[in-house]
Amino acid sequence: MTFESIAGLYNYWVVIFLMMTGFYIVLARKNLIKSVIGLNIFQTSVFLLYITMGKVEHGTAPIVPPAIAEQQSHASHGVGENAHAAIEHADEAHEVVHEVAHEVALTVADHGGELAHASTEIIYSNPLPSVLMLTAIVVGIATTALALALVVRIREDYGTVDEELILELDRGE
Amino acid sequence: MNFIVFAILALLAITAVAIAKLRELWAVIMFTGIYSFLSASWMIILDAPDVAFTEAAVGAGISTVLMLSTMALTGKAEEIPRKKSLVPLFVVIVTGATLVYGTLDMPHFGSPDAPVQVYPDPSFVKRSEADMHGLPNVVTALLASYRGYDTLGETTVVLTAGIAVLLILRRNDEKDEPTQLAGNKTP
Amino acid sequence: MSAFPIIRIITKLLIPYILLFAFYVQFHGDYGPGGGFQAGVIFASALILYGLVFGLEAIQRVAPPIVIEKCMALGVLVYAGTGILTMALGGRFLDYNVLEHHVLPQWHIPSGQHLGIFLVEMGVGITVTAVMTMIFYAFAGRKQTQ
Repeated sequence: MTFESIAGLYNYWVVIFLMMTGFYIVLARKNLIKSVIGLNIFQTSVFLLYITMGKVEHGTAPIVPPAIAEQQSHASHGVGENAHAAIEHADEAHEVVHEVAHEVALTVADHGGELAHASTEIIYSNPLPSVLMLTAIVVGIATTALALALVVRIREDYGTVDEELILELDRGE
Repeated sequence: MNFIVFAILALLAITAVAIAKLRELWAVIMFTGIYSFLSASWMIILDAPDVAFTEAAVGAGISTVLMLSTMALTGKAEEIPRKKSLVPLFVVIVTGATLVYGTLDMPHFGSPDAPVQVYPDPSFVKRSEADMHGLPNVVTALLASYRGYDTLGETTVVLTAGIAVLLILRRNDEKDEPTQLAGNKTP
Repeated sequence: MSAFPIIRIITKLLIPYILLFAFYVQFHGDYGPGGGFQAGVIFASALILYGLVFGLEAIQRVAPPIVIEKCMALGVLVYAGTGILTMALGGRFLDYNVLEHHVLPQWHIPSGQHLGIFLVEMGVGITVTAVMTMIFYAFAGRKQTQ
């Protein structure tokens, strides 16, 4: 176990620790609300697992600086489009080009001409895990709400949210 | 090396253990909110601002409110103290050890040649440069365009979950007869 | 909550900014971090905050449940409708490139992809806002039973 592998794997271990804490809460606690909280913690640790895998060393968030993105868009403008659209937008495009040229000129002045290199040199982290987890979080809260709604109904019918008491009631004691 | 990361990770671990240890539900729910905020902070450091946003709003905001209203509806029932069983702890330690053993072969944190980074080649960042006509946020492009079917499905799942909650919780005030769940025994 | 004037006044001050931020996140989502999911959740949290402080009746006057209920489905309809629209225009389902003729450059929507993503994110935003608000109504409207 070298220092290098510890530095390279610590993120997984943190995630596993959090995951197991959530698992422990689900197993050991008999209160239904507490179990839902345990599942939430487990879920968040899975989000973190995915996000840590998307990170690239010295990378930045996968958002292309708008000035660079505009440059690229004009470089590739009309490549995949039909000619009709291109003609239709010639006027606006002209206007936009002026605007962008102005903007880029300002930025270039600011950064001393490094912009052209920057577009190829920026390292971006992987956007795919972000996308997957983004939707998973919102779906997760919706399903958590569903679980909590069931807990509320259980409490109304059984008068308790304790797992073992509910089992006893079900056995008819 | 970013030392703030280690502070956040330590706090995350402490918060998680506190949630497992505490018995009072109110405190546990508050700690869950803190836990969400801390994981959102880590996500910011991991270059996922979009996800961090959502986690902060959902985990610390809406989720806390929902748990508190559930607690208000079910009563602050303290957990009944029982004989402590070591079985859950044992299961958790064994599972955790297996998982840690599994990580030993995993690609190192942040390594640019991990399978995750290599597989879609050219990467989505490169592809969106050509396809998206200057849309800066690759995450949005990927969410709504490349994975548009997936997002449609997710939106439908959110809608379905919302409908299910309404079906379970909404009460017809006009009719006095209570809705009966299957297997309902107590009046 | 009428006993806490500080909470009431601070809430009144905060809510417009939360709503504005939600709109910013929604409509600026393709330029910075953000999008329909985040905007929906933030917008709903503003409504929920209002409901928590001023009571369920007050928030249901602002956002009547009957409207929110319709909005839940409306969002998915907008999303799927975009897909149907692209099919009607001769493309595949959710193939935004065929929307090229309908772009609005003066609104910073310079290509079909931009327009498609804008519409789809709008649908997501509406559904998420409505579902979160409706879930809050369902929980808050339920009386405690002993």
